[in-house]
Amino acid sequence: MNKTTASRLALTLVLSFGAGAALADENADLVVNEEIEMTVRAPAPAYLDGHLPEILSGWLFRSDETQDLQRDDFDNPGMIFVDQALDQWAMVDGSEGKSCASCHDDPADSMAGVRAVYPKWNADAGEVRTLAMQINDCRETQMGAKKWGYTSGDMTAMEALISVQSRGMPVNVAIDGPVAATWEQGKEMYYTRYGQLELSCANCHEDNYGNHIRADHLSQGQINGFPVYRLKNTKLNAAHDRFKGCVRDTRAETFDPGSPEFVALELYVASRGNGLSVEAPSVRN
Amino acid sequence: MRITAITLGITALAAGAALADPVEPMSVKYDDYGAIETSLSGMPGDAVEGKKVMSSRGLGNCVACHEVSALADVPFQGEIGPSLDGAGDRWNEAELRGIVADAKKTYDGTMMPSFYKTSGYIRPGNAFTGKAGTEPLPPLLTAQQIEDVVAFLLTLKD
Repeated sequence: MNKTTASRLALTLVLSFGAGAALADENADLVVNEEIEMTVRAPAPAYLDGHLPEILSGWLFRSDETQDLQRDDFDNPGMIFVDQALDQWAMVDGSEGKSCASCHDDPADSMAGVRAVYPKWNADAGEVRTLAMQINDCRETQMGAKKWGYTSGDMTAMEALISVQSRGMPVNVAIDGPVAATWEQGKEMYYTRYGQLELSCANCHEDNYGNHIRADHLSQGQINGFPVYRLKNTKLNAAHDRFKGCVRDTRAETFDPGSPEFVALELYVASRGNGLSVEAPSVRN
Repeated sequence: MRITAITLGITALAAGAALADPVEPMSVKYDDYGAIETSLSGMPGDAVEGKKVMSSRGLGNCVACHEVSALADVPFQGEIGPSLDGAGDRWNEAELRGIVADAKKTYDGTMMPSFYKTSGYIRPGNAFTGKAGTEPLPPLLTAQQIEDVVAFLLTLKD
């Protein structure tokens, strides 16, 4: 290939990427590894009171190139972290001489369906628990190991490993019974206009999904794909880190990952995606 | 007598300067429809500066949400608010000033941020740091920047 051809090709690639970045294929279907059929659009749950005509995975709002990365695990950079977590799964840690595998054997069996129902009520502790909270409780109480940082690399990788076992299953978090008050708290937060820009989650993700805000193509803010591999920072990202960044960007005093407020918001936002597939680790920009 | 005349002259100048002081965000007089009759800075706006304020991410970044054909060289114009083409025909100066300063006074519940408001926020932050801020916050735009934006908007005729 001569130099002119090479640069022309490079230019074409840049141009086609530019076009792809601007225009997402919102009619695409997602099948992973030619095997796992993902539900990327589903009827809106009744408790959304008609605010959304249907629920849509964030995958639909991304460029063709980004969409493709999630179609095959060999192309999905998030799967590297799943492999790392699988090593961690078998590693003994803490005073009790246990690994995850000591109690939970093969995650493919023991963890199937788990991601789909979190956050959920823990009756013994009397609290709503996210998957990260449950992992840390296991580490402290069962293993005698140190807690991981709520959004640390170890944590997001382990969440991804556990989530992979539920890929393709519908998100199905409970919103009633003992979690009802927490769910209501999360709902109230979703519609609260925080910060100097006075923006709620709903302003962008309910009223304006599909529209552009500067270069950002707004999605419904669904979290069925979390933890998500972002091309922007080339790592897995926890939902609470995304919440933190969103609230910060309203010029507000944000909340901490793992705070009761973000646990409530996670429960509520997860419930808005009931019926979409567990996708983690998904790929976004 | 001459000294008195000079003193008077200085007093008059000082009074003139005082009149040109910007109206503080807390003291802005909106009419019943959310419009503001007089210049917030006491000075006329500069449309060329207003164009910069509207286009820059670090300033008004109006194009994040609004399309403006006259700013065709500014990439990635948003689709959240209405197009501002013809804004100078649809609204008069006082109305535009009110909308830019605090659009919620004109359009109840609008998503548009208030650019000349400093308190009454939920969890006000220190700019984009994510940390707490103390009210009154600095307004998103200065009085003069608002006048400049209004001056530019008035040039947008169908």
